[in-house]
Amino acid sequence: MDLLFKIFIDPFLQMGGAPDLLVQTLWEGLVSGVLYALIALGFVLIFKASGVFNFAQGIMVVFAGLTLVGLHEKGVPAWLAVLLTLGVMLALAVAVERVVLRPLVNQPDIILFMATFGLTYVLIGIGEFIFGGEPKQMIAEELGLPRGAFDVAMLGGRVTFQKIDIAAAVIASIMIAALAVFFQYTRIGRALRAVADSHKAALSVGISLNQIWAIVWFAAGIVALITGIMWGARSDVSFALQTIALKALPVLILGGFTSIPGAIVGGLIIGIGEKLAEFYWGPLVGGGIENWIAYVIALGFLMVRPQGLFGDKIIERI
Amino acid sequence: MFYREAGQYKKTYSADMAVFPILQDRIGIGLILATAAIIIPIFGSNFFISTVMIPFLVFSLGAMGLNIVTGYTGLISLGTGAFMGVGAFACYKLTTYFPDVNIIIWILASGVFSAAIGALFGLPSLRIKGFYLAVATLAAQFFLEWCFVRVPWLFNYNASGAIEVPQRTLFGVAITGANATPTVRYMVLLGIVVLMTWVASNVLHGRIGRTFMAVRDMDIAAELMGIRLLPAKLTAFAMSSFYCGVAGACMMFLWYGGGEASDAFNINQSFNILFMVIIGGLGSLIGCFFGAALLNIVPIILKFGLPAIGLPLAGATAEHINHLFVGSLIIFFLIVEPHGLARLWQITKQKLRTWPFPY
Repeated sequence: MDLLFKIFIDPFLQMGGAPDLLVQTLWEGLVSGVLYALIALGFVLIFKASGVFNFAQGIMVVFAGLTLVGLHEKGVPAWLAVLLTLGVMLALAVAVERVVLRPLVNQPDIILFMATFGLTYVLIGIGEFIFGGEPKQMIAEELGLPRGAFDVAMLGGRVTFQKIDIAAAVIASIMIAALAVFFQYTRIGRALRAVADSHKAALSVGISLNQIWAIVWFAAGIVALITGIMWGARSDVSFALQTIALKALPVLILGGFTSIPGAIVGGLIIGIGEKLAEFYWGPLVGGGIENWIAYVIALGFLMVRPQGLFGDKIIERI
Repeated sequence: MFYREAGQYKKTYSADMAVFPILQDRIGIGLILATAAIIIPIFGSNFFISTVMIPFLVFSLGAMGLNIVTGYTGLISLGTGAFMGVGAFACYKLTTYFPDVNIIIWILASGVFSAAIGALFGLPSLRIKGFYLAVATLAAQFFLEWCFVRVPWLFNYNASGAIEVPQRTLFGVAITGANATPTVRYMVLLGIVVLMTWVASNVLHGRIGRTFMAVRDMDIAAELMGIRLLPAKLTAFAMSSFYCGVAGACMMFLWYGGGEASDAFNINQSFNILFMVIIGGLGSLIGCFFGAALLNIVPIILKFGLPAIGLPLAGATAEHINHLFVGSLIIFFLIVEPHGLARLWQITKQKLRTWPFPY
């Protein structure tokens, strides 16, 4: 009985007892959710357009962040460094399309998935080779990102908001809106959607798959750079960041691999869910459950909807 | 020229259905076994046996486990490392409670525990497919990894939180613990691997293996043909986890000789073994050995071989080059031969049979 009380009733009593703490936890969950959603977004972009489950998205985030910081250390002004990093990501996208994707057209999904694994290792190797393995400080100030925090008195307590978190949420929203407009109203966006629907049909109406793939990897590279800046500003830029890519996977299966709104909603659910679980239920089992609770939440959803919350319905034919 | 089956007549169905129908293959496998069991223990240095052969055999076993579920049944699993960990911990607990029973029995029995856990985490496979399932198995990986650190009962409330391998003997010879020589550990491991490969080969060539392959090729069609999917998929997960569990127990007891589980059985280990399976060849037993050999030997060459020929590499640089090299190797092999080294081996054999004619 005592155990049941601790699992089912006590956490809610705590929430009711200290609503300011609850708001703080929700806010932190929301912020990490936004960042998970950003990484998941990179996955979804590539998966939609090429059916490739791009495991390298996490390391692309690190790579973009490191390139930016590394260029700045060499004395390049911050904004020029951003532009140059974008150039590097473009070159990476073209190279990936040319070297990895093109020879592997029409291979089973798992082969392409493994190829992105290989890509992950290559990028880790290159990144460590050029920039070294030590964590680096993100050049947040030079890019004009706000610092510090402010407290808001509410619900009988004080809730702290980091300014960088607010900036992250705003920038993420702007980027998602921009992507939505890009997909909906531009010529390339239409072509991307066509490719996502059917490779063969898109080819037959004269859309160049190679070009589209390079574009979509570049788009994922831009998303990676922004994620790298935001996440790097919160902690620092290091190869440990690539593990957050694994956090984006439950977000993906929750939202569905093919849905951009799914990535966002899934990110928020996972972010908030894991922070709540860690804070209120974690102490019962000794803490540290943040690492797997996301997967359990996602599995729970999957049992009900195998294609994720917003994924396309899976139709199988014999 | 020498690899011809001309003149070898099959007089019975069983001879025709044999795993090695050609005489030269049988001689070849005999030679390999003789090399492994006699020449390497006698002439191999301790360094060679403990850094090359023992890891190679352990990884082959792990890759075999993953290949059963991913290559033969078509269910991607990213929880291999954790299932190996379950085997290691099960073996540790068993030998702590029953120290008098021979350790080899416990190494094999620990597979049963990881099979049970594997079947449990295989349950979602009935509803979830493809990458969704891969991510679902990550839940197993992270949950079990967490358990290995947070449940002190598993490591007998050690202060270090590591598995401490006790000394166990067979016929008076130490086979685990600090006093066991690499040669003895290698021989024990070799015995286990040969036995388990033989069992796997028989199971996979039989009814169960055919069921797995039918499920892999198209599970709905398999269901229509009367294969019950739930038992088939769970058997695959259980068998795979059994092999992984034994591999994990071997890794801890015969290779590492104890250590911290969170390092040995983390997500990178799962990926590492997945690489071996993919590069070796999905759905091929011999591919497991090829993959394990390649991915095991490349880092060793980079680490010890390059300095020997006068290319001194600092530890960190070697690590980076290793990453770079393994990554490029994976991409290269996927592009050249997506079906893995096992397919290359088949092609070579086919070429040899008809040589010097093209076909």
